[in-house]
Amino acid sequence: MAATVRTVERTSEPPRLRVGRRARVLLAHREILLNLVRKELKVKYTASVLGAVWSLLNPLVYLAVFTFVAKVLGAGIPDFPVYLLSGLLAWNLFSSSLTSGAQSVLDNSNLVKKVAFPHEILPLASVGVALVDFVLQSAVLLVYILAFYGLHWPELALWPLAFVALLVLSVALALWLAAMNVRYRDVGHLLNIGLVVWFWATPIVYASYQAKHLAESGEWFGISRFAFFLLNPMTGVVEGFHRALYAVVHPPGQPSPVLFDVSLAWVAGLLALVLVASLVGLRLAWGYFFNRSGDFAEEL
Amino acid sequence: MTESPAIEVHDLSKRFRVFRERPTSLKQRLLTSRSRAEDLWALHEVTVDIAHGSTFGLIGHNGSGKTTLLKCIAGILRPTSGSVTQRGRLAALLELGAGFHPELTGRENVYLNASFLGLSRRQTDAAYEDIVAFAEIEDFMDSQVKFYSSGMLVRLGFAVAVHVDPEVLLVDEVLAVGDEAYQAKCIDRIRTFQREGRTIVLVTHALDTVIEICDRAMMLHHGRVHTVGQPRDVVREMRYVLLGQVDEGFVPEEGTREAEIAEVQIVRADGRADGPVRRNESLTIVVDVRANQPVDDLDADFQILDGATNYPVLDARTSTAGIPIDRFEGKKRVRFRVPSFPYDPGRYWVTIGLSSRRTGALYHVQTQRYQFEVIDAPRIQERVEVPVQIEIEDL
Repeated sequence: MAATVRTVERTSEPPRLRVGRRARVLLAHREILLNLVRKELKVKYTASVLGAVWSLLNPLVYLAVFTFVAKVLGAGIPDFPVYLLSGLLAWNLFSSSLTSGAQSVLDNSNLVKKVAFPHEILPLASVGVALVDFVLQSAVLLVYILAFYGLHWPELALWPLAFVALLVLSVALALWLAAMNVRYRDVGHLLNIGLVVWFWATPIVYASYQAKHLAESGEWFGISRFAFFLLNPMTGVVEGFHRALYAVVHPPGQPSPVLFDVSLAWVAGLLALVLVASLVGLRLAWGYFFNRSGDFAEEL
Repeated sequence: MTESPAIEVHDLSKRFRVFRERPTSLKQRLLTSRSRAEDLWALHEVTVDIAHGSTFGLIGHNGSGKTTLLKCIAGILRPTSGSVTQRGRLAALLELGAGFHPELTGRENVYLNASFLGLSRRQTDAAYEDIVAFAEIEDFMDSQVKFYSSGMLVRLGFAVAVHVDPEVLLVDEVLAVGDEAYQAKCIDRIRTFQREGRTIVLVTHALDTVIEICDRAMMLHHGRVHTVGQPRDVVREMRYVLLGQVDEGFVPEEGTREAEIAEVQIVRADGRADGPVRRNESLTIVVDVRANQPVDDLDADFQILDGATNYPVLDARTSTAGIPIDRFEGKKRVRFRVPSFPYDPGRYWVTIGLSSRRTGALYHVQTQRYQFEVIDAPRIQERVEVPVQIEIEDL
């Protein structure tokens, strides 16, 4: 043990967020984070016979249903289950991080009022729980891909980048929404509606090329509508996952491409852009959360 | 170790805004240009230092700001103005079993709760056996706590709490729960913490506990510091306030001091000057008087008041008893002997007065400065003849 005595001074001034120092504080409290995630998972699956299998069953059912439905409907996307799930799993991580993250501080008001701990842990735990589900479900998808589809090598390298961008974006928004929700309780309701719109604005169930094609045919203020389409960071993220796992831009025998007909580097660049924007967003959201968190105990 | 205080509270004020109609939605926020809020000052310019390694008692009636102060020190609440400087690792026990979830087992909850109190997994592993033994619920550690009785929950929460390892420990009313044996266990544990040189801040309503274990105490009254100092003095002050004695004109000590009360002892039947007084046993109030200049008309009196009702139950005065005190300078001793104190068990206040027989002018009065407790004398059931009737009936 170092002989230095930790000195804390608390004043009316909200302390400035120093990212490095705060990150160390969070790291020191990682035990709480892990325990909270563990708790959530336990609570979710206690008293259910199958337990975590439920979480795996979800993508399995999707795979089964869409293998069949896609054939019947003859949707213009071959191997539709792979296409759908590679994007949908990312979306699920995103949307459940946001939904439960937004409620995290409110739901734990008793803790916030009675225990001194870094409150960031609460939305982070929400993301953590979503992350565990994501990992389990991705494993199912991976098995399916290995069995029926095959991995595509250079494309797969996009996966880590897409994953990090998704995670940073989810954390940033979860922090921001959690802090907002303490003051304005309608954030939760607004979010539910917003997520529905957002889901359909993101190329998950439909071929991303179609969206690109439609968007490119017009322009607003002299800028291609496609640029506006890309303002949705989830478009970039989902397209990253598509490219990494579905990988085939223009399946043979199809009249038009399925994915964005751009180079791999282009997608990587888009992901990098999303990541940078998400990091900036994270810094802002964290600053806002940190600033507000001193008043949480009072406002709940 | 460090010389600087473990906690420095400087000019601390905390304002709560009490909203009549609080804008908790965007619509309200947009429609009402100004929220109607009333200010409530929970703390007002509180300044206090708490020395490293000391045990500090914080008392005051409900709503006096004790818990708010504790929360400001812990960093749960942000001060409105002023500052709190705190040195060393801190753990705040504001609630037993923080984070306990009914669906988790006792074991899982121990780990969860311990992490909130700042224990690492390894520390919890090491303390786990101790915690279970302390809580005395070995057989239930693997059942969900929703099946626990409330007593078991409290014991488990407390068992985790006492295994924290902070340099500064804030405790809020945790000691107030549980039966006597449990409370004794708590006090025991606090004493261990004291021996280990930890700084403890204790919020409690148990005034005797404060006298018993604190080095210093502070009384808050409507968010302001009312008294800081020796626990005994602060508690006495608190009792005045609790008994509704802080009227405008209340003066605990007054007089011209030609003659002074040098010392007062309340001697029990067994000759001791402390401990409880047994009901129906004798009581002697010994007043040592010091005359700073020749006094020839001294009149000494005492009054005993019931602590519960503040009603005088017994008094006596040298002049009315026809016992003159001759002119003297220097010291004299007055003994008021009560052969048998017949009143109910409870607390009693003692007021001592010195005055002038001739003019009635007060030389020195200590109002409700002393107190004692009356308990029922323990009784051994004796055998007596009780006739027993026996009947046998055919059915």
